[in-house]
Amino acid sequence: MDNQNNSVGIQIRNLYKIFGATPEKFLEDVKGGMTKDELRDSHGHVLGLKDINLDIAPGGIQVVMGLSGSGKSTLIRHINRLIDPTAGQVLVGDEDVVQMNETQLRAFRRARTAMVFQKFALMPHYTVLENTEFGLEIKGVARKKRREESMRWIERVGLGGYEDSYPNQLSGGMQQRVGLARALTNDAPILLMDEAFSALDPLIRTDMQSVLLDLQQELGKTIVFITHDLDEALRLGDQVAILRDGQLVQQGTAQQIVLKPADDYISSFVRDVNRGRVIRCKTLMIKGEAVDGPTVDASLVIEEAARIMSAESKETANVVNAKGKLLGIITMSDIIGAMVPPQEDAISVI
Amino acid sequence: MDWFYEFPEMGSSALRALKKGIDGSFRDFTREHGELMEQVFEPLKQFLIFSERLLTDTPWPIVIAVIAGLAWFASRSMKIAVGTIITLLLIGYFGMWEDTMRTVSMIFVCTITAIVLGLPIGVLMSRFDGMQRIVNPTLDIMQTMPSFVYLIPVVMLLGIGKVPGLIAVVIYAIPPVIRFTNLGIRLVPADVLEASEAFGTSAWQKMTKVQLPLALPTIMAGVNQTIMLSLAMVVVASMIGVQGLGQPVLKAIANQYFTLGMFNGLAIVGIAIIFDRASQAYGKRLQRHLEVVHG
Repeated sequence: MDNQNNSVGIQIRNLYKIFGATPEKFLEDVKGGMTKDELRDSHGHVLGLKDINLDIAPGGIQVVMGLSGSGKSTLIRHINRLIDPTAGQVLVGDEDVVQMNETQLRAFRRARTAMVFQKFALMPHYTVLENTEFGLEIKGVARKKRREESMRWIERVGLGGYEDSYPNQLSGGMQQRVGLARALTNDAPILLMDEAFSALDPLIRTDMQSVLLDLQQELGKTIVFITHDLDEALRLGDQVAILRDGQLVQQGTAQQIVLKPADDYISSFVRDVNRGRVIRCKTLMIKGEAVDGPTVDASLVIEEAARIMSAESKETANVVNAKGKLLGIITMSDIIGAMVPPQEDAISVI
Repeated sequence: MDWFYEFPEMGSSALRALKKGIDGSFRDFTREHGELMEQVFEPLKQFLIFSERLLTDTPWPIVIAVIAGLAWFASRSMKIAVGTIITLLLIGYFGMWEDTMRTVSMIFVCTITAIVLGLPIGVLMSRFDGMQRIVNPTLDIMQTMPSFVYLIPVVMLLGIGKVPGLIAVVIYAIPPVIRFTNLGIRLVPADVLEASEAFGTSAWQKMTKVQLPLALPTIMAGVNQTIMLSLAMVVVASMIGVQGLGQPVLKAIANQYFTLGMFNGLAIVGIAIIFDRASQAYGKRLQRHLEVVHG
């Protein structure tokens, strides 16, 4: 797979979505500051998305997080235009998805995007193999070629031997592996995952997250991942955007979100997060000469650093960069301080 | 207060003129276009004659073997195949072979016609709500209007014979195919449709690869109903010259031949059961993938 194909950025510009009979009529009002409640109660229209601006970097995992009703599933459906926006642009590469006609849109969906759904949405009348090759079948790829491709991905997601089963015969976790294989077989640079793991039980969910991270290591696709689960967001996301009532309230890395929540809404979210798995050594590092202690990588999460230090019964460790150059030191008391959630009022770290 | 006790009806002379007017213009229409209509339906007539010849001219053991084979192929059930053979042997032994073959041929052509016409109508109905608003009440009328009523214009146009019989039977029997096709397509889960759209399906691909296959078990239930309704029309159709098991029944009614009526009635029941069991088992087999549920 050529790398150029596998790295397309997505820019969402001033995206608005109003649901109802005459959304255009209220667009100006909403731009002028009409609230969601006012729009609903007085005009019977629902504000889905309001002025979304989001830059999704090529080759990374962008998580969009929000509670139900926040508009996250609506947002992801704008990227392949399963939902038409009321106003705004969705730029993929240098094309605006919003401006495409039917034929262009179909070609775009076939070649550039693949999607994984919360409720799997597999074709019940197709076997695992037939489901997996669905995207290629739609593109008109010859049977032999699509068989080979599908079998490769079925093996890769760990479903070898199940290719002739029907979706109903499989467990939820296995069905979603089929959903993933179906999307990957399509060989599109953009992978859209709409709450893909939310319907799975916790152990299987963690398992699938690992599968995804593993695959992403070698594929480097642009992945947009929707979730309502903060732990999942922080684990998967290179970048995390938080959506509330159809508006983006914060975007940044997992660490930025945990350490500098933009408002009370987000701080109440992140309070119970396992901070030891989010904060990295680099953040807590202080200047200092090399000490007697283990050496940790600057990008290592502090929970891992603490494990290494306590194994050697040391209170301090040397922090190095990827090339092994000493950057500073880190102390156990700082790590413990950072791992404890802050009081209501202050964020003491940094 | 006269109008309160006596219904203020249209004057009898005006009413007579109205009926006369409609009848007259329709009669003129049939005189002018009757021949054209016959030509239009000529291919259908040839098809009817061909399929009847096929069934009556082929030696009976071969016909039984083929029908039993089809029943087995549809149901994959030995019980149904053996039941088919026994039923057909009994029918033949009691001297109703020819009539039964004529009826089977008629049902066969009617069902094919109903599917060929009904399936596209059902598909269009599922895609356009406007179409549904027009077709549904039309089907209601077709199903509730006494069949003798629409036999009148058909006979006026085409005379007595196979084709008018076929038209009468199809009018009566086509609604289930249309309704169930529409229903089956509308019942396809929205998330599956969305997934297929996300992969860039065209409307045609969506219909042929997702909607129709998933609707097929429902459509088969409609086809089964259509076959049953066609059989129910056999006696009525015999009144306008369709040969088969209906004619002896008609004769039995006119002359009070209880046994003759009973035998032919039972023969109709027999083939109804064969068709019903075989087509239902086939419909069930189509949805096997939905039944095997994980643990």
